[in-house]
Amino acid sequence: MAECLFEMRSLSASYGADIVLQDVDFRVYENDFIGVIGPNGGGKTTLLKVILGLLKPVKGILTFNQEILTGNKIGYLPQISTGDINYPVTVKDVVLSGLMIRKGLISIMSPSDRNKADQIIEELGLPELTNSPLNQLSGGQLQRVFLGRAIIGDPKLLLLDEPGNFVDANFEIDFYDKLRILNRRMAILMVSHDVGTISAHIKTFACVNRHLHYHPSAEITNEQLMAYNCPIQLITHGEVPHTVLKKH
Amino acid sequence: MEESILQYEFIIKGLLGSIFASITAGLAGTYIVSKRMVFLSGGITHASFGGIGIGYFTGINPVLGAAVFSILSALGVEYLSVKQKIREDSAIGILWAFGMAIGIIFIYLTPGYTPNLMSYLFGSILTVTSADIIALGVMSVILILYFGIFYRTILYISFDEVFARTYSPYVDVFKYITTSLIALTIVLNIRMAGVVLVISLLTIPPNIAMIFTKSYFNIVIWSVAAAFIGTAAGYAISFFAGIPTGATIIFTLVLIWLIAKILSQITNKVKQENNRNI
Repeated sequence: MAECLFEMRSLSASYGADIVLQDVDFRVYENDFIGVIGPNGGGKTTLLKVILGLLKPVKGILTFNQEILTGNKIGYLPQISTGDINYPVTVKDVVLSGLMIRKGLISIMSPSDRNKADQIIEELGLPELTNSPLNQLSGGQLQRVFLGRAIIGDPKLLLLDEPGNFVDANFEIDFYDKLRILNRRMAILMVSHDVGTISAHIKTFACVNRHLHYHPSAEITNEQLMAYNCPIQLITHGEVPHTVLKKH
Repeated sequence: MEESILQYEFIIKGLLGSIFASITAGLAGTYIVSKRMVFLSGGITHASFGGIGIGYFTGINPVLGAAVFSILSALGVEYLSVKQKIREDSAIGILWAFGMAIGIIFIYLTPGYTPNLMSYLFGSILTVTSADIIALGVMSVILILYFGIFYRTILYISFDEVFARTYSPYVDVFKYITTSLIALTIVLNIRMAGVVLVISLLTIPPNIAMIFTKSYFNIVIWSVAAAFIGTAAGYAISFFAGIPTGATIIFTLVLIWLIAKILSQITNKVKQENNRNI
């Protein structure tokens, strides 16, 4: 039996009087690879915020596995806009910043931390850019740097917020391959509006539209989405969904 | 004899003042330029004039008044923009002029003539006291220790605050401490460059540094060096030419920036030509 990483029980979250998530029951186990889908404003990002502790639930319980609480916690790949890419930091600085949580108040990096950063940068295919400033990188390269920051602490749970938004076509397949490899050592929760593309890579779905419906399969139909009250359009659903559904 | 003692004192004052101003301005300046807080810092500076006015009126040390005003205005901008949802640049604009207004009213109400007013507005080495120099020296030590010990934490928070928040519970603590230290740095440097000009003392050196380097740490080092050259040369020129110190320092710094910019463009051109020839 796989270990449960966190559990939400009848959890609700709101911004002021505006209830965004209501009575959510949700469990994530190690090695899960869950695509979080749903309409805009349906609460996908809010779900991540609650897991990250950025938003306190107004009702319900959220319990974490001991290892997540004490150990490496959670890796997080936000939508691109949060970091200022003109800020004078190098690729290596950004990857190292993923260790901040372990360092507490004073973030002094040891040689082994630096080696670890080099190793991650190598693994992500960016070794020649280690000391480059961020504004010299392409969108896909930036994506990889931020992924590096999210995984340098060896988290048990990785949260990805719309990673498809700034992946360049060359890197897209590579990116999902990388996630597949990472999935061997961490559970992944990936928010996306692009159901077609992600369905080829994830294991199960969670449909979020105020309520959360867990769908224990990577195959999902329009009828099921309707039943989940999750109004997103699936164009078609063939044998190889990601090639069939690719935008033209 | 007396003249040479005066000259000696002036040189020491100028030299120490330049060193401490450069260290504080370089460290604080790199932070505000990287974080795009230049306008906020300008607002803090001008708002602190209110404290100078109240200091004159009540007989309290004007620098102390300015320090209180600068920190209150820094926190005030944060309060107005985050809690009251006023646009940040508008909040800065309001406090900027409000501080100046208070300053002018209280100076007007102060009986008698206020001889040092011009030195607060535009900076003057002649009115800089030993206490001012010592205060700047202490501030230099505090800033070196603070940025030295917490270097990476400060860097990560100012690079990506949203992300840092998911990883560290100390984000707000660091933000408030850093902003307060920057407000104090500005106030202490007002004696050197004046309310109107001090923001350039913080802003120009990092921009000179950024022509040559892109790493935060190197920008700090280069900024301190550039600020020192600018302030020391500005002092010397202002002394011999008998013109205001603050204005001369800023003029010298802009000149250095301009020369550096032109030089870097020429070397880039040459490099491109060479690459093409290969």
